[in-house]
Amino acid sequence: MRTPRVSKITLGLTLALALPVVGAAQESHIGKLTGHSKTGQELYTRYCWGCHGARGDGNGENAPYVTPLPRNFVSATFKCRSTATGTLPTDEDLFDAITRGFNTSNMPSWAALTGQQRADLVAFIKTFSPRWKTEGSGKPLAIPAEPALTVQSINQGKEVFQKLECAKCHGQEGRSDGPSAATLTDSNDQPIRPYNFSVGGRFKCGSTNQDLYRIFMTGVDGTPMPSFADVVKPEEAWDLVHYLRTLQVSEKSPELKLWESTKEGAAIVQAKKVANTRTGSGLTP
Amino acid sequence: MHVWETEATQRKRFWLTSSLLCGFLTLAFLLADARPAFALPLVTLKVHAIPAFARKYGMPCSSCHEAWPKLSPFGQSFKDNGYQMGNDRDAPIFQSPAYWPVTFRITPIWHRESLGRVLVDGPGGPNSTETRVTTHGFDWSGLDFHTAGTLAKNVSFYVLPSADSTGAFHFEAVWARLDNLLGSSWLNIKLGKFELDNLLSEKRILTLSTYGGLYQNYHFQPATESTYAFGIGDNQVGVEWMGHSKNDRTRISAALLNSNDGQPNFTATNGTEDLTTGRAYNGFFSASQAFEAGSLGLQRVGGFAFLGQAPTYFQYNSGGIPLAIPGTGVGNKGYYRAGLIGMWYVKKLDFTTIYFHGWDSAFLGTGTRAIDPLPTGAKAPTWNGGLIETHYNLNPQWMLLNRVETVRMTRQALPIDPTMPFIAGTSVPSSDFGNIDVATFGFRYYPFISSRAGFAFHNEFSILRQKRVSSLGNDQTNSSALFGFDFAF
Repeated sequence: MRTPRVSKITLGLTLALALPVVGAAQESHIGKLTGHSKTGQELYTRYCWGCHGARGDGNGENAPYVTPLPRNFVSATFKCRSTATGTLPTDEDLFDAITRGFNTSNMPSWAALTGQQRADLVAFIKTFSPRWKTEGSGKPLAIPAEPALTVQSINQGKEVFQKLECAKCHGQEGRSDGPSAATLTDSNDQPIRPYNFSVGGRFKCGSTNQDLYRIFMTGVDGTPMPSFADVVKPEEAWDLVHYLRTLQVSEKSPELKLWESTKEGAAIVQAKKVANTRTGSGLTP
Repeated sequence: MHVWETEATQRKRFWLTSSLLCGFLTLAFLLADARPAFALPLVTLKVHAIPAFARKYGMPCSSCHEAWPKLSPFGQSFKDNGYQMGNDRDAPIFQSPAYWPVTFRITPIWHRESLGRVLVDGPGGPNSTETRVTTHGFDWSGLDFHTAGTLAKNVSFYVLPSADSTGAFHFEAVWARLDNLLGSSWLNIKLGKFELDNLLSEKRILTLSTYGGLYQNYHFQPATESTYAFGIGDNQVGVEWMGHSKNDRTRISAALLNSNDGQPNFTATNGTEDLTTGRAYNGFFSASQAFEAGSLGLQRVGGFAFLGQAPTYFQYNSGGIPLAIPGTGVGNKGYYRAGLIGMWYVKKLDFTTIYFHGWDSAFLGTGTRAIDPLPTGAKAPTWNGGLIETHYNLNPQWMLLNRVETVRMTRQALPIDPTMPFIAGTSVPSSDFGNIDVATFGFRYYPFISSRAGFAFHNEFSILRQKRVSSLGNDQTNSSALFGFDFAF
């Protein structure tokens, strides 16, 4: 039987352990906004702990029911970065992720919060891992201006797609059905599917051409999607962006419109649209 | 139990009883396993049924509610988006087939109701004297079964069978909504019975007592009226267009509504008799804009207007009330309500302010049929109202609240005769006849915050004074005290 003293100690330890393992106070800087971790902690307690957990380890009470698993802020591996693979994202990257949410996951857009609140949350998230103090954010990738869209650029992008063996995971038509697709797992050993271009939909890390460029140049850390920054030249990367847009046959992009205006492209796009109809809902698996 | 005692004795008894019960319940919470929210993840909770949205999205109540049922800006955005997060995971196809989007809410309570100036039997005979009547005891609220969600991506629904405390059910809300038509957040169409797009939602009111459990301004009608029923706070039947910016900072809506205050089968009631309608439509319009004010939070200002018509007489085949033929209300006369609203945040403290203005046709104001002449000196009644509701949200578990409301008649429908009490169709005793002042205080404590169930320890006191409305023409002051367990699962 426990003595009252032991009970008090137990209660104290329980509460101490329950409190987030917060490092030194952090700040975030996004444009003119300065976020403060103290305020961010209150917001985190209100909005985030159910999935990300009190300790920020992605082990909230809902984690068992959430697919993909909530982000683990302690390991500080982030999918959406403007920085090189393996490095920490910038404050803007985290801010944008909170604002945008993650499509096809349980993480919604928090655009309804004020900019200051999102900046405060960024500051608090940075308290979970000591890496923010020891390493700091990586250097953002420089993205050159997008060149003019041409049929030649799309064709060259198709060659890059083949050269990088993107089809191994994404499939020849970007249908998420490459030979490796079914075997992929993320850093949590959870099954993960490659992005299915054929049904369109927002990318997890943004929706613009620049975002798409950034995604394959920096990689998606914690997933099998590597960084191609060392093997792809900027002009090739833009060609690839233009080609990947033509795989999104349900999106009305300028790239798809141009591609459909060619004899070859029109036939391919039409065939893909018919295939989409046959596959039913076209929802991303 | 009913008691007829001196007010001093009643007050002593009330405070003694409520102090003991409050103390007991507070002690129970302190002794109970009521950990703070941030401690909960350490506890393995096995639950088998959960509130609908929290279960669907795995988020704690506090995400969408500053203190449930009051929505946070994020919750308002979720609602405006058709109960969708917008992550391509909203359609039911992504849920377990066993998922059933139902939540129930009920509130066992202790409450005390005190009515001033009630006409009772006295030395002068039946109904000859006025006295205070006080009632108190344990009770429970009605029961709500909320079922809501999406039928498919961008097709949402809400059905709310609701029972009063006797178990008699009615449909409080029944609607389906087409969301984001043409891919635009500015095009959402809702059809059915629904709450008007009130920024200060009466259906999400944080207070539960008899006088604090509704917004008096939303329901106020001049005390001279009896022929039509209406309340902006009541759910109405019709169709609504609503649009909003992606981040929900800008919101606008317009609704075309039946003129029967949300009742089915073209009927309505004014509380004493069944009325019939069906030959008029009403309109409700609202717009608001939010803006960020640095570290203070999100501020919002807006306006709303309700333009209505109500019949003044009906067709009968039974010799008169209450058996008018449904849908035969004729002799429509107009009325409107309009207001400005501000929702102001100063970090953990927030204020909602409303200015309210009302106008009714003289026919409605005097209860006169459109085919009959108006009483001598009759005018269209007008009034102004104000509301200040304050919340101090200490943390997601504690909410202190206060509300002050006032309604001031600016023009009476009937001539003033200070020598007489109110005589229907003839005169009112004073220019302030029917004016209302209400004050409400309370707090809600949520011992745990989870994504599975909601529970609040609710305490509240409200007091209302209305001028010259007692049967003998005196001011009437009523009060209500309440505490209990408000829970949803």
